[in-house]
Amino acid sequence: MITLPHFLVLSGILFSIAVAGIFLNRKNVIVLLMCIELMLLAVNFNFVAFSRWWGDVAGQAFVFFILTVAAAESAIGLAILVVLFRERKSINVEDLDTMRG
Amino acid sequence: MNQILANSLTLASPEIVLACGASLVLLVDAFLTDRQRGISYLLSMVTLALTAVVVASLPEGRNVGFSGMFVVDGVARFLKLAACGTVAAVLLYSRDYLRIRGLFRGEYFVLALFATLGIFVIVSAGSLLSLYMGIEVLALSQYALVAFDRDSSIAAESAMKYFVLGAIASGALLYGISLVYGVSRTFDLAQLAVFVQLGGASNIGLLFGMAFMVAGIAFKFGAVPFHMWVPDVYHGAPTSVTMLVGSAPKFAYFGLILRVLGEGLGGAVAEWQGMLIVLAVLSIAIGNVVAVAQTNLKRMLAYSTISNVGFILLGILAGTSAGYRGALFYTVAYVLMALGSFAMILLLSRKGFEADRIEDFRGLAQHRPWFAWMMLFLMASTAGLPPFVGFFSKLYVIQAVLDVGLTWLAVVAVLFSVVGAFYYLRVIKAMFFETAAGEVVVEASPSFKFLLSLNALSVLALGLWSGPLSDAIAKAFH
Repeated sequence: MITLPHFLVLSGILFSIAVAGIFLNRKNVIVLLMCIELMLLAVNFNFVAFSRWWGDVAGQAFVFFILTVAAAESAIGLAILVVLFRERKSINVEDLDTMRG
Repeated sequence: MNQILANSLTLASPEIVLACGASLVLLVDAFLTDRQRGISYLLSMVTLALTAVVVASLPEGRNVGFSGMFVVDGVARFLKLAACGTVAAVLLYSRDYLRIRGLFRGEYFVLALFATLGIFVIVSAGSLLSLYMGIEVLALSQYALVAFDRDSSIAAESAMKYFVLGAIASGALLYGISLVYGVSRTFDLAQLAVFVQLGGASNIGLLFGMAFMVAGIAFKFGAVPFHMWVPDVYHGAPTSVTMLVGSAPKFAYFGLILRVLGEGLGGAVAEWQGMLIVLAVLSIAIGNVVAVAQTNLKRMLAYSTISNVGFILLGILAGTSAGYRGALFYTVAYVLMALGSFAMILLLSRKGFEADRIEDFRGLAQHRPWFAWMMLFLMASTAGLPPFVGFFSKLYVIQAVLDVGLTWLAVVAVLFSVVGAFYYLRVIKAMFFETAAGEVVVEASPSFKFLLSLNALSVLALGLWSGPLSDAIAKAFH
């Protein structure tokens, strides 16, 4: 029997993988965008699980808003990435360190 | 039913006017040539003025619309008017700067207006859902604004950092919201407050969710240890964008923390107070100490922001209405000072030259004594010297902290502001006691000079007569 704690643990694991991915990844900015996406999906998982558990539809409505915002967010992220690539000819995370102080 | 909807729409009329105005600017701007770009600027100013008029004509008292998702009370009205005024001032300040650099494009105005819309939605949020939508509207506009100078390599880099860290902040905030929803079964802040009052404050799930939400809010505010993006964004973005990012959104974040911690989780003040104490002490300490080592004025002002955010948090963490009033007073004073300081950088910048190093201010007192004095007012006020408004704003939040018995915290805050005074005085020393390497050129328009003088003098005037501002804030919280 799959119960609420199973869902919560899974979403917690997904969220942790996403955060670890953002801080450990030193190579590629696109992987950062994927981690951000994973993070939002982990949260969605939580919302849907709680919504089902309470029998309350508001949590699932929230998920639709998050999905929409996530789409807008990746659009902006990719646009910034294009600008960055045009300037630097690189999308390496290690190259993002020209400002110091 | 229709009456209820009509009431809700009336409450949201400032947002509707603003959204329509921003869309209109977007549409009109597509048909303009570069020489007619001033029309977009004028339309944006008209939109902001109209919005402010509509805000001022909203009904008095606390009104709730859209089934509790949208709240218009005194604080919301005050913050909206302040945000309108701040954004209008930013647009006026940045006009010449953008024109000289070939950045005088419609996107700037559209994004500034949409950022203002985000601020409006945040400060009027009655539910965690509307709060989240407001945060994202504001954040997405800001990411795009920072990357707005497409030929600047450091602007693109700082936009990327801002985007990634901002997205983590949203993620943390959302995770917190999901846990709070899981234990309380509501997104409504008023219902959440009832849940917390009825013993929810000791619920472990609520505390866990609250910790994530506090981390997300601290990220947005730029409080240590979530401050990594602040110096890079302030440094990398075009100065007029830095000015926008560093001023009006502070009103939104004050509204955010007031709605979430003050209203929704007000009953759990004992639980979140400890977290805010850590954030405030670290922000004041690290902000002030690291600022001393900066040679770039924009970076220095970024660390100064971090320490000032610590002071705003001091007022909030008291958890009393005097504390919230003090924090709002501090926010208004800080935004005035930040606007003026960045305007000084814009004043001395010209084509191909950014006056963003402290040494660019050398000898200003000999060449332009009036503006050297204006900068002196702004720096002395930010350092917290009497009789400027910065002194009184620090006094109010420290008073609020003393009232709840946290004497050690007040002592720490005062000690570190003494450290902080050093780097503001360094700018004053450069202006008055060092000689300029070359010519000091000021090419600003009369309206820019007038607004800057007004801005700097208001820092002095509000210090000498703080009564009207305090009264307006007290009335907002009534």
